[in-house]
Amino acid sequence: MRKKRVIIGATSAIAEQCARLWVSDAAELTLVGRDLARLERQAADLRVRNPAVVIRVLTVDFMDASAISSLAEDVVQRSEGGIDSVLIAHGSLPDQGSCEKELVACRDALAINALSPVLFAEAFAGHFAVAGKGTLGLIGSVAGDRGRKSNYVYGAAKGLVDRYMEGLQHRFAASAVRAVLVKPGPTDTPMTAHLKAKGMKLADPGNVASAIVSGMARGSAVVYAPAKWRLIMLVIRHLPRMVFNRMDI
Amino acid sequence: MVMLSAWGKLGAFPHTVQYLSDREALRDVICGAPLKGLAQGMARSYGDVCLNPDGLLWNTCGLDRYIAFDEQTGLLRCEAGVLLRDIQRLMIPRGWILPVTPGTQLVTVGGAIANDVHGKNHHVLGSFGDQVRQLRLLRTDGELIDCGPDLRPDWFAASVGGLGLTGLIVEATLQLRPVAGPWIEAENVPYGNLNEFFELADGSEAAWEHTVSWIDCMCGGRGRGIFMRGNHAPKMDRPLPASRNLRVPFDPPFSMVNKLSLRPFNTAYFSLQKWRSGRSVVHYEPFFYPLDNILEWNRMYGPRGFFQYQSVVPRESGREAVSAMLREISRSGEGSFLAVLKTFGHREALGMMSFPRPGVTLALDFPNRGARSHKLFARLDAIVQEAGGRIYLAKDARMPREVFEAGYPRVQEFLQYKDPGISSGLSRRLMGV
Ligand SMILES: Cc1cc2nc3c(=O)[nH]c(=O)nc-3n(C[C@H](O)[C@H](O)[C@H](O)COP(=O)(O)OP(=O)(O)OC[C@H]3O[C@@H](n4cnc5c(N)ncnc54)[C@H](O)[C@@H]3O)c2cc1C
Ligand SMILES: NC(=O)c1ccc[n+]([C@@H]2O[C@H](COP(=O)([O-])OP(=O)(O)OC[C@H]3O[C@@H](n4cnc5c(N)ncnc54)[C@H](OP(=O)(O)O)[C@@H]3O)[C@@H](O)[C@H]2O)c1
Repeated sequence: MRKKRVIIGATSAIAEQCARLWVSDAAELTLVGRDLARLERQAADLRVRNPAVVIRVLTVDFMDASAISSLAEDVVQRSEGGIDSVLIAHGSLPDQGSCEKELVACRDALAINALSPVLFAEAFAGHFAVAGKGTLGLIGSVAGDRGRKSNYVYGAAKGLVDRYMEGLQHRFAASAVRAVLVKPGPTDTPMTAHLKAKGMKLADPGNVASAIVSGMARGSAVVYAPAKWRLIMLVIRHLPRMVFNRMDI
Repeated sequence: MVMLSAWGKLGAFPHTVQYLSDREALRDVICGAPLKGLAQGMARSYGDVCLNPDGLLWNTCGLDRYIAFDEQTGLLRCEAGVLLRDIQRLMIPRGWILPVTPGTQLVTVGGAIANDVHGKNHHVLGSFGDQVRQLRLLRTDGELIDCGPDLRPDWFAASVGGLGLTGLIVEATLQLRPVAGPWIEAENVPYGNLNEFFELADGSEAAWEHTVSWIDCMCGGRGRGIFMRGNHAPKMDRPLPASRNLRVPFDPPFSMVNKLSLRPFNTAYFSLQKWRSGRSVVHYEPFFYPLDNILEWNRMYGPRGFFQYQSVVPRESGREAVSAMLREISRSGEGSFLAVLKTFGHREALGMMSFPRPGVTLALDFPNRGARSHKLFARLDAIVQEAGGRIYLAKDARMPREVFEAGYPRVQEFLQYKDPGISSGLSRRLMGV
């Protein structure tokens, strides 16, 4: 069966790689973002890759709960027979220093990385609950596994979606709905361009996307991408506070 | 700042890298920059044509979106950072192929245009620039220039083979050609001397689209080797080869290619290929891009890196010149098993600074041995200059300015199109700008 898929924050580099993987055998892809022209450029690319897939683009205000709710309604209505999967990918890496100095930056970071993804997830979860099936993927981060001084506002937001997804998994445990939390490590995307320019080694977004696509196909609860981060974060999470607080990370 | 080197790994130089991704947001990056910049694709060029030491590099690999494809005409419009590999893998199953590709498909469309790269079928289709219908340049003053064979053709002639110096190529429209499938009917024919090579090359022009040869650079001016030719095969049902990647696993402390390894390797390779000669059907990837499965093979030359010396000399003087170069190389004991001899067809390239021209081209890798290598190159330069030839800028890291100016007589005309906000290691070394 060719699937009908929705991508929220579709212009993210990681999401774009997922779309390129999915487009080879999807029936429909709906790309949701805030910038219509960028979404159209991405849609054109995907149409060249596979002219047989129906590609739609939609924009919405990512902070507006009622707009998000009607967007989800609209997307589900338009896809005959409902949708099979949603990936919620948007996010923004704030400068921790700015978050400490200006509460506006702090609030915006929490809003786009925690609040907004949860609103989207909740909107689509409602439709999946009615359908009794569907896969909801959400991109968190290894940064959500333990708070640390260099990015704890971002980390706290990512930690919030972690707890949220745990709850969804509990809610849908007895049904065919799957909630998949993806936790990428540092990945080579525009979000981390400043790190790459300093020579930091970053994962390939194509590889991260493969892990997301296969994790969502399996319905895994938590996907670390690349997989080595599962072990690394296990260690980091279990470091005694005394040791951890002395580390400069 | 990061330290970056080109494919030849002759040295690592400090660069400030900016990663391009959204083609509508490029002005913010490249206009009004405090330093001079240069576009860089996959850095598959061997020397400083793709480097800008102490300056900016605009990495184009994130400009990798297709824009449109017309299934009727085969016209593909795409951003400049799309890899030739990705076009081939997407389009060949749909019955279209890039008409001209170099010996590696891990290069970008922008890089292929800026060096006006050639493939094994120059005698049939010319070079990469001949397949470009239109391109869009962004200049550092913010001006957008669309050009093509019939649209501002002077800008087109400057930018095809323009070494990245005329502006950032944002996107291009390429003419693909129909193809039945991924298979090539290939034939390998051993040759014992240069006369046989030229007979094979001339005799193959009419019936074979792709021709190239491996030459044993260790056997003197005689020139023995393996001539390889191929045509696109009709549709056939065959299992696709499994993809397999090897990687050179470590940086050897010295070059694995040296006097001790070279002669026995070449003799063994020649004998093996001679024994295996004849016809076969092969997949296009190993036929066109034999080294692409060995990741980072350039590390085998050790920490000092390597040069590639690729020249083209006119046919009239070609046989003598190639023979003289082979004698010099053989005598020096330098060289490598990566040695290619092939003829170009009877057409001038459209780019002002393009490398291909009617004649015969010899390309050889040389581990970097400092002064010894440079002495040999000076002797080869003299032969090339005497024969009226030129050296390929995509491979060069060392030629003297006189040799450059003799080989590229249109450089002054070209410089009128250069973007003042762009500069490369090569442009400073050879053009003084
Ligand atoms: C194994 C191997 C085999 C090869 N075989 C062949 C062959 O058979 N024939 C042949 O012709 N070449 C061959 N080459 C050379 C190679 O094809 C060229 O060097 C090619 O230009 C590399 O493309 P790139 O994307 O890596 O560009 P780079 O090396 O990164 O850049 C090359 C030039 O293109 C410019 N450039 C790149 N992108 C843009 C852009 N968007 N806008 C403006 N300028 C741009 C750069 O400024 C630079 O001047 C081979 C190289 C290797 C490693
Ligand atoms: N890259 C990493 O190292 C890394 C590591 C762990 C987790 N992640 C997570 O992976 C996900 C994808 O990130 P990426 O690396 O692919 O980054 P990216 O390419 O920078 O993409 C960020 C995406 O978020 C959208 N976005 C940001 N702020 C927004 C806002 N206020 N309103 C609407 N959309 C907004 C962007 O939209 P526009 O295109 O319109 O700007 C873009 O689609 C994010 O959730 C990120 O936190 C990334």
